[in-house]
Amino acid sequence: MRKLLLISLRYTLVTTLLLGLGYPLLVTVIAQSLWKQRADGDLIVKDGVLIGSRWIGQSFTGPRYFHSRPSAAGNGYDASASGGSNWSPSNQKFVDRTSASVSVEQADASTAPVPVDLVTASASGLDPDITPAAADYQAPRIAKVRGLTLEQVETLIRNHTQERDFGLLGERRVNVLALNMALDESAPAAK
Amino acid sequence: MTMNGWLQILLFFGLITLATRPVGRYMACVFERKRTWLDPVLSPLERLLYRLTGIDADEEMAWTTYSVAVLAFSLVSMLILYALERLQAWLPLNPQHLPNVPAVLALNTAASFTTNTNWQAYTPESTMSYLTQMAGLAYHNFASAALGLAVAIALIRGIVRREQKTLGNFWVDMTRATLWVLLPGALLLALALSSQGVIQNFRAYDTAKVVQPQTVQQTGANGKIQTQTIATQTIAQGPVASQEAIKELGTNGGGFFNANSAHPFENPTPLTNFLEMLAIFILPAGLTATLGMMTGSPRHGWAVFAAMSVLFFAGVATAYWAESQPNPLLHRVEQRADQQQSGGNMEGKEVRFGIANSALFATVTTDTSCGAVNSMHDSFMPLGGMVVLTNILLGEVVFGGVGSGLYGMVIFVILAVFIAGLMVGRTPEYLGKKIESYDVKMAMLYTLIFPLIVLSFSAVSVLLPNLGLSSLNNSGPHGLSEILYAYTSATGNNGSAFAGLNANTNWYNLTLAFSMLAGRFLMLIPVLALAGNLAGKRYTPPSLGTFPVTTPLFTVLLVGVILIVVALTFFPALGLGPVLEHLLLHAGHSF
Repeated sequence: MRKLLLISLRYTLVTTLLLGLGYPLLVTVIAQSLWKQRADGDLIVKDGVLIGSRWIGQSFTGPRYFHSRPSAAGNGYDASASGGSNWSPSNQKFVDRTSASVSVEQADASTAPVPVDLVTASASGLDPDITPAAADYQAPRIAKVRGLTLEQVETLIRNHTQERDFGLLGERRVNVLALNMALDESAPAAK
Repeated sequence: MTMNGWLQILLFFGLITLATRPVGRYMACVFERKRTWLDPVLSPLERLLYRLTGIDADEEMAWTTYSVAVLAFSLVSMLILYALERLQAWLPLNPQHLPNVPAVLALNTAASFTTNTNWQAYTPESTMSYLTQMAGLAYHNFASAALGLAVAIALIRGIVRREQKTLGNFWVDMTRATLWVLLPGALLLALALSSQGVIQNFRAYDTAKVVQPQTVQQTGANGKIQTQTIATQTIAQGPVASQEAIKELGTNGGGFFNANSAHPFENPTPLTNFLEMLAIFILPAGLTATLGMMTGSPRHGWAVFAAMSVLFFAGVATAYWAESQPNPLLHRVEQRADQQQSGGNMEGKEVRFGIANSALFATVTTDTSCGAVNSMHDSFMPLGGMVVLTNILLGEVVFGGVGSGLYGMVIFVILAVFIAGLMVGRTPEYLGKKIESYDVKMAMLYTLIFPLIVLSFSAVSVLLPNLGLSSLNNSGPHGLSEILYAYTSATGNNGSAFAGLNANTNWYNLTLAFSMLAGRFLMLIPVLALAGNLAGKRYTPPSLGTFPVTTPLFTVLLVGVILIVVALTFFPALGLGPVLEHLLLHAGHSF
């Protein structure tokens, strides 16, 4: 028994050096030297200021921007406190929050039913995307507020619509941060 | 449900089926100490490791010694993890200056990662330093998976060996599982993931200036509503890809971040998601072929594979269907799928994965003992949530955890041939070994410990308003589901959660830690005892009366035995949880 405990101790220490330090350091060295930008989280820097990450969503509210999804991460899109609401489909709080979000979307746009992803919180609270349906739904509002034609806004959405990987995997999606940054560039003067 | 969704599911399963034989053959070579193409690099490393640790690689162990070695290693490595958590504030690689982990939480986490559970009662990005994650948590992702593999191989040896007392050498099995199987696989996967956007760095958390600052209202500690402007976003960083890879390949599932594989830095694209799902299934699927090859009956391996496949498709089809359904309580919301959106129940799901990949990932992660999630199971429709819960209740034998899935399945196989034997009135046999009273007792012990722990703790928690119920995030029948899921996940060493339950309390931390340890070691020892007993038996050649374990009839019987054992045990609890919630939801009730 004592011999087995001693071996266990030595075995844990030696393999920790290999698996707990050597392996992650090797991966870090390779990743950092071959694709540093990727390995650091595809951070977006504009005029020397860090704006965010390509993969991490941000809160957008009000009429001027395409809205992102509701978020349960901290005060919304807190990338140091990721997570979902964990509300069940029968939870009254979930029904109330969804219905409040629906009212916000319908106040600005039409009375058509709102695409479900736009009024539900994501799993991570950091979902960078909305569906093309959710982007199209907001297009008339954006066009009106930004002084653009509906065609211009729809072209912008199409240019930022990411197809399924290899045409098969996952779902079609629109990156909200990238879309809104492009929107600011194409109609910077609008209030 | 869409055609595209089903195509993705079929492609996923097709690739797993194709990989099963080569992966299984490779593992058979590794554990029978035959030559592999990695030997020139790894053999010297293996010898060095034995020399440094004082292991005699030629020593053969009886099942008792093997078990003691399993327990000794687990105890020591668990204590070291505990120490690492308790001391992290004074150790390097802690750029956020996170404090030491509180004692009860550290104990729960040490038990969790040692048992391959990866239950997480904490928020990683604000609790664990980079060093703790790498050298503590990710280390145990390797160690616990290797240990599971070792035990499964010991059980196969027990079936194969005739009139022998020993099962092999625990240290050699651990080492070969780590060096030949887990480390190369994890290295390749980590690089593939990181090239696609899974981060890998040691940066301090970045602070970004957001495009549109937000004004939020908060209720402060004094009850007053305060208005706060948020102009920055703190972006958590870390060595994620290396941990993500072994977390999936070792069916561990402990997230680097709280949102686990739903977090864009753990799982940024549908392609990374696909690779992660493949990594979860590939070793457990391969082990069915290893079983077939090492026992000299490849067709038996495929018959077991077929039984697992039936249960996999039943699960994924139900979950996919349930999550595609509209929630009847939502109005003025478009929940139908079309070209522009995947529709369905999107609460707790990511747009890039949609319904199909969320349902598939949830099925894969609960079929196995993985427990990584790319969507929040707590927010699943009642029947979708029931699928993931039931998958764990089946004992995680649908491919199952690395090693633990196979030995769990062999236990059911023993029960199946025993029942077949009873039906024709002969002593049952399994691959040339007579299955006798001692073997069935061990199999039943294994089968009964799990529901005993799950149902007892769930029942007690429901009766304790201050300890058990105060942690709930949802009331009504879903509250029962949350508690039942917690003990099921812990005892099954899965680690996924109906995560609304606040499990970071003394009651849950301690009872769940007990459940995890009991669910791992009290179940693993009967397996080794069974293996030891089988190894000592004489070979009985098959006769006309032997029930063949290679036929579709066997597969059907095996699936039947699994379903009957589980359904009889857990149906009342499922009836009061998810089934009731489903009925009430469709009658328009909310809670």
